[in-house]
Amino acid sequence: MKLISLVRQCAEVALAIGIAPLFAGWIAQCRAWMQNRSAPPLIQPYRMLHKLFHKDAALATDASPLFRATPYVLFGTMVLAAAIVPSIATDLPFARAADAIALIGLFATARVFTALAAMDIGTAFGTMGARREMMIGFLAEPALLMVLFNAFLLFGSTALPSLVDGYAAHRSGIDPSVIFAAVAFVMVLLAENARIPIDNPATHLELTMIHEAMLLEYSARHLALVEWASSLKLFNYACIGFALFLPWGIAIHGADGTGALLVAVAALIGKLVVAGAMLALIESVSAKLRLFRAPEYLATAFLLAVLGLLVHLLLGANTIA
Amino acid sequence: MTMQSTIFGVFATLLPSNLPAVRCDAQGDDWLRLAKELHASAARLLTLWGADDRDRNGSFRIRAAWLTPDGLVIAEHRIADTERPSYPSLAELFPSAARMQRAVFDLLGIRATGSDTRGWLRHSGWPEDVFPLRRDFDAATNYPAQPTPYAFVPVEGDGVHEIAVGPVHAGIIEPGHFRFSVVGEKVLRLEERLGYTHKGVAKLFQGTSQKLGHRLAARISGDSAVAFSWAWCAALEAITRTVCPERALHLRALALEHERLANHLGDLGALGNDAGFAFGLTQFSRMKEDLLRANADLFGARYLLDYILPGGVGGDPPEYAVAQLLHLYRELADGVTSMRNIYDEHAGIQDRFRETGRLAPDLAEKLGAVGLAARASGIASDLRADHPWPPYDKLAPKVVTQTSGDVAARAQVRLDEIAESLRLCRALLDGLSDGPVRTNVPPAEPNRAGIGLIEGWRGPVAIALETGPEGTIRWCHAHDPSVQNWPLLEYAIIGNIVPDFPLINKSFNLSYSGQDG
Repeated sequence: MKLISLVRQCAEVALAIGIAPLFAGWIAQCRAWMQNRSAPPLIQPYRMLHKLFHKDAALATDASPLFRATPYVLFGTMVLAAAIVPSIATDLPFARAADAIALIGLFATARVFTALAAMDIGTAFGTMGARREMMIGFLAEPALLMVLFNAFLLFGSTALPSLVDGYAAHRSGIDPSVIFAAVAFVMVLLAENARIPIDNPATHLELTMIHEAMLLEYSARHLALVEWASSLKLFNYACIGFALFLPWGIAIHGADGTGALLVAVAALIGKLVVAGAMLALIESVSAKLRLFRAPEYLATAFLLAVLGLLVHLLLGANTIA
Repeated sequence: MTMQSTIFGVFATLLPSNLPAVRCDAQGDDWLRLAKELHASAARLLTLWGADDRDRNGSFRIRAAWLTPDGLVIAEHRIADTERPSYPSLAELFPSAARMQRAVFDLLGIRATGSDTRGWLRHSGWPEDVFPLRRDFDAATNYPAQPTPYAFVPVEGDGVHEIAVGPVHAGIIEPGHFRFSVVGEKVLRLEERLGYTHKGVAKLFQGTSQKLGHRLAARISGDSAVAFSWAWCAALEAITRTVCPERALHLRALALEHERLANHLGDLGALGNDAGFAFGLTQFSRMKEDLLRANADLFGARYLLDYILPGGVGGDPPEYAVAQLLHLYRELADGVTSMRNIYDEHAGIQDRFRETGRLAPDLAEKLGAVGLAARASGIASDLRADHPWPPYDKLAPKVVTQTSGDVAARAQVRLDEIAESLRLCRALLDGLSDGPVRTNVPPAEPNRAGIGLIEGWRGPVAIALETGPEGTIRWCHAHDPSVQNWPLLEYAIIGNIVPDFPLINKSFNLSYSGQDG
């Protein structure tokens, strides 16, 4: 393992940790503008984190070590995920250790810990949130897998960096199957990140919550870590999307000098700005679905991803790589 | 009605009120017989309250008021047994009486026989054998809190479990406890536990000066300050035979319609927000804010608190008010029309609103629904149209109804009522005459009773009072329409899913403070 790729790896993870709250702040800002409100400052999420880290944590009397450990596990898994997803470069030592399917497993681990911690306290809301989260999760994961299979079929690999490299080597126009997969991916992204139309991150109505209901008992540094992990998760999902569908600008293996990395960072920020605005737009124009419409919604995502696969096979295309 | 007449064979006299109202003496069996006759003639129970008259004639008194097509009928039932005072329960005939009777027991110790004996307002604020509304109770007494368990009705079955929500909520709202029995996400039963904001308003009224009562009335439920203070003033003015100047009446009605507009605008925004459509909240909040600022500018208070005073109103709006208000109404009408189109055509919102929290018309009828919630379930009752008091007698307000009884219907009624309110406001400004805005109200003679009844934005707000010596109040009973409508929520939620509860609750938007008293 070359030292330079390790440095690159560390830089990428640091960038992800640093920029993730900013991405959340940008979406909040766009949402506010689209609703004719004056927007909170872009750095508001950092202020929140700063405030939370300086508070004393309150723990429920019945909290087990699991409850206390979960924020660190969540944050850890999301940082690890950030190391696997090629956001600015593809030559990542960590990425070789795990492919995209392992990545989904990583997200699932985080989900299981959140759900267990929520049930650990024994409040009605925690259990309710955990139950709903597991329902969303087990519907969203197959859809996400199908989306990834689309890309795997195209490039014959399950590792995200190889996909990006493969894409760069064969610029042969857009495969129609990608469009189906991209729509399905956006739907899964919204569901997995507790956003409208599946969940409402801004609500204070405990009975409607999914993700928030599981976090009600967290405070101070624990809450800060959980919130930070949530924004990291959204950032990671966005970067997975970029790697799959918009890989332009990412510094590929063998062509990743300082200049290429700077271009990659600029491209990433540009893509995040556009993606954040699009997310805010989707959230502003849609209402939250009734909880029992969520299966239909995620089944649609699954169906679109499968359609993508079928289109790919029907068009008789072979793998590009 | 003549000065002396009979109602279903019971002797009745006229009672001072802003509506046609009679008082009947329903002693002994007449109490239940009268209730049965009224039930058969489709009268709706308006309110029920008690009073401690042991100092006067050694008895307790229970009173109930019904709304009939001819006006208000108030029955008085004397209870001579002061050791274990009781009276026949009306809950079998009028389900909405159940909670009022429980509240009467908590406050006065008068038991309705054959009814739910659980406490309602008491919680742990005072011991079980102490009754704060009795005349021998000193309001300054303090008791240590002794939390007692409350027997919720259990639901048994495979996979049934309970979700307890409140009284402290995740958002900043009033306190109330909701006990859901659910299977998965489906609600089998909801039981409400209210009374957390009991402030002892009825006790506070005792001995208060007649000159100050309107201030206390306005504070019973802040979003209905105009309706409550007008109801209070209407009762006092009826007792003292005060006639308000024409201009004052118009300004009062304008204030009442502004209160309706502000609440409806706020609720429509909140309904959008609860369906995850934050755009609706910002737009409706902006319109509401424009109205509140105009209120502050022209009437001196954003929520019109203390604008209505005995004998008139608290100030004459400046010269430019008419032009400014007409401009505001135009903007509101345009804004609401645009938002209405968005709500109507938004598939997501319509999917959340329709068929959610349905209260069928026959059930609403049976449960004695009132006001906005009743109108959304097909019951065309609105005091402004049924028994118009000045200045509504000249305005011919339109009663807005819907028949589906779901969240969509309650949203639709609000939208239609905004349009109708704006029409009324324009008509009121049009007919605004010159002249004084307040007249003097003489001190009332002691021991004179009266009742004021105003259609607030939620429904009929009633204040019944009796005067005491030296310009004081002997007793005063304030009634918020939320009392009748809270139980509706328990029925509207059945069969719905838990995450739809906040939306259904918001579509009723009932007052905790008003019901708790």
